[in-house]
Amino acid sequence: MSVLVYTESDKGTFKKIALEAASYAKAIADKMETTVTAVTINADDTSVLGNYGVDKVLKVNDSNLDAFNAKSYASVMQQATEKEGAKVVVVSSSADSKYMAPVLAVNLNAGYASNVVEAPSNTAPFTVKRNVFTNKAFANTSIDTDVKVVGLSKNAFGVVEHSASAAEEAFSPSLPESTVNVESVDKVTGKVTIADAEVVVSGGRGLKGPENWGMIEDLADVLGAATACSKPVSDLGWRPHSEHVGQTGKPVASNLYIAVGISGAIQHLAGINASKVKVVINTDPEAPFFKAADYGIVGDAFEVVPKLIEELKTFKAQQ
Amino acid sequence: MKILVCISHVPDTTSKINFTDGDTKFDTNGVQFVINPNDEFGLTRAMWFKEKQGASVDVVNVGGPETEPTLRKALAIGADTAVRVNTEAKDGMQVAKELAKVVQDGSYDLVIAGRESIDYNGGMVPGMLAALLDANFVNNCISLEVDGTSAKAIREIDGGKESVSTSLPLVIGGQKGLVEESDLRIPNMRGIMMARKKPLNVVEPTSASAETASVSFEKPAPKGDVKLVDADNVGELVNLLHNEAKVI
Ligand SMILES: Cc1cc2nc3c(=O)[nH]c(=O)nc-3n(C[C@H](O)[C@H](O)[C@H](O)COP(=O)(O)OP(=O)(O)OC[C@H]3O[C@@H](n4cnc5c(N)ncnc54)[C@H](O)[C@@H]3O)c2cc1C
Repeated sequence: MSVLVYTESDKGTFKKIALEAASYAKAIADKMETTVTAVTINADDTSVLGNYGVDKVLKVNDSNLDAFNAKSYASVMQQATEKEGAKVVVVSSSADSKYMAPVLAVNLNAGYASNVVEAPSNTAPFTVKRNVFTNKAFANTSIDTDVKVVGLSKNAFGVVEHSASAAEEAFSPSLPESTVNVESVDKVTGKVTIADAEVVVSGGRGLKGPENWGMIEDLADVLGAATACSKPVSDLGWRPHSEHVGQTGKPVASNLYIAVGISGAIQHLAGINASKVKVVINTDPEAPFFKAADYGIVGDAFEVVPKLIEELKTFKAQQ
Repeated sequence: MKILVCISHVPDTTSKINFTDGDTKFDTNGVQFVINPNDEFGLTRAMWFKEKQGASVDVVNVGGPETEPTLRKALAIGADTAVRVNTEAKDGMQVAKELAKVVQDGSYDLVIAGRESIDYNGGMVPGMLAALLDANFVNNCISLEVDGTSAKAIREIDGGKESVSTSLPLVIGGQKGLVEESDLRIPNMRGIMMARKKPLNVVEPTSASAETASVSFEKPAPKGDVKLVDADNVGELVNLLHNEAKVI
């Protein structure tokens, strides 16, 4: 009755959220005095998973699973859950996991709690803390079914190392017929994406126009960060919609969020509240963002950002 | 084509979030409720299908009588009929089961729900509903075209987008992109007058029960004051981020 975890990989490499999900599954398994089984799909080398508390890997390799498909992936996870007699299934908060988890919950007759931020405070009744009201509150939620699906919020638990080695077992579940067919995938390559980024540098209307984004990109480059923007910026077409963060845009749960020329309207803050450390650069000392930020500079972005880039370059060179 | 749009009745974004009864209940005092933003994009896309391709558009909410003004607003925007399933919404699975019954009774071809609602942010209902109905499902949907019974959709993925083809019956979890924000409709006087005469059918719930329960709520610990760094001393920010916050 191990704890099952879905460990996502991209071209064979495990994503950080997968290692975080495994670490989280290990914490639950310790509480329930059981072991962790990971399910991997089309990942070659799974040896790293042991370092994050995984005892056993069910390795699925099937070219029909090359493109993500919620129904097929949910079916794989369902069969793995049944095979292992797992009572708890852990998934991450990637777009794919959030796509799959509700389908899996129905397949398993399981209660599902998403956006979970801590290890369960109790295992009977199984109680977890979740982000609700767009990060303005938490709900302590009990999952009352025999099998439980838990969706972990990104960066909420962190990656925890354990020294163990995971046994490997090939697993070939039967796949349902796929009725949603992927025609094409258009992915930004060579750039850090908002979903995966540890650091996000974001610009608002205070930057005056798209021609000024060079310095935002330079700042992101020195930090290995993803770039983002406020809603009016994408509405004005200065930046693509995929960069718009906030209530109606993307959620950000990075370690560091740097907001340049963004006022900090409540709808914007709703999307970035889950970030750990927030820095604001704004000419207006009354900008609401200063109330939400950890560090701030009252100043003109056009002067401050180039200086910050220089300082960071010097700092990096010294490291 | 028969379209059903699922409408979640949620506190307006700017609402103060408070709890009562020993932090076990959401305090609705002074809170303004609106159509969930993700659902509004879906509703507008449904109106497009109605006007451009010919479709009927019904809206549905699982909730008590207090959600009726939100359903009336959806009717004023142009939906034909509203359905309210007369029970308190308790969790994603319970709501999905109630919705599944409405979809089956009405033989809908396309169900448009929002990617998530901005109160509980569960992101559960569309996927659960699709699975219960054994219908095709596209989440985080930012574009949808339907031709006869085949559908083409684009969904947002981490770091990009993906184009898919599928067929009706289909459930989508929609979001901004389905239509542009500038296309969202504000009910006009004529719409509001007409909405008063449109049917709002109240149906009794099945016996679906919730599988999860919010036992209690908490608010984040109050945040300390912002630490201001002088604009002439930007190096200090780098120092703080490295030594104090330990994020670089
Ligand atoms: C239903 C709804 C949903 C919404 N969803 C979102 C959402 O998801 N995301 C989102 O971002 N917004 C959202 N909004 C919009 C939100 O309310 C704000 O309008 C928006 O966030 C403001 O963007 P901004 O801060 O870039 O622009 P502004 O409000 O124009 O602020 C620009 C800031 O830049 C500063 N500034 C100007 N010049 C400089 C300079 N040279 N250097 C430094 N600072 C400078 C100004 O002091 C100001 O604070 C939503 C609104 C509604 C009604």
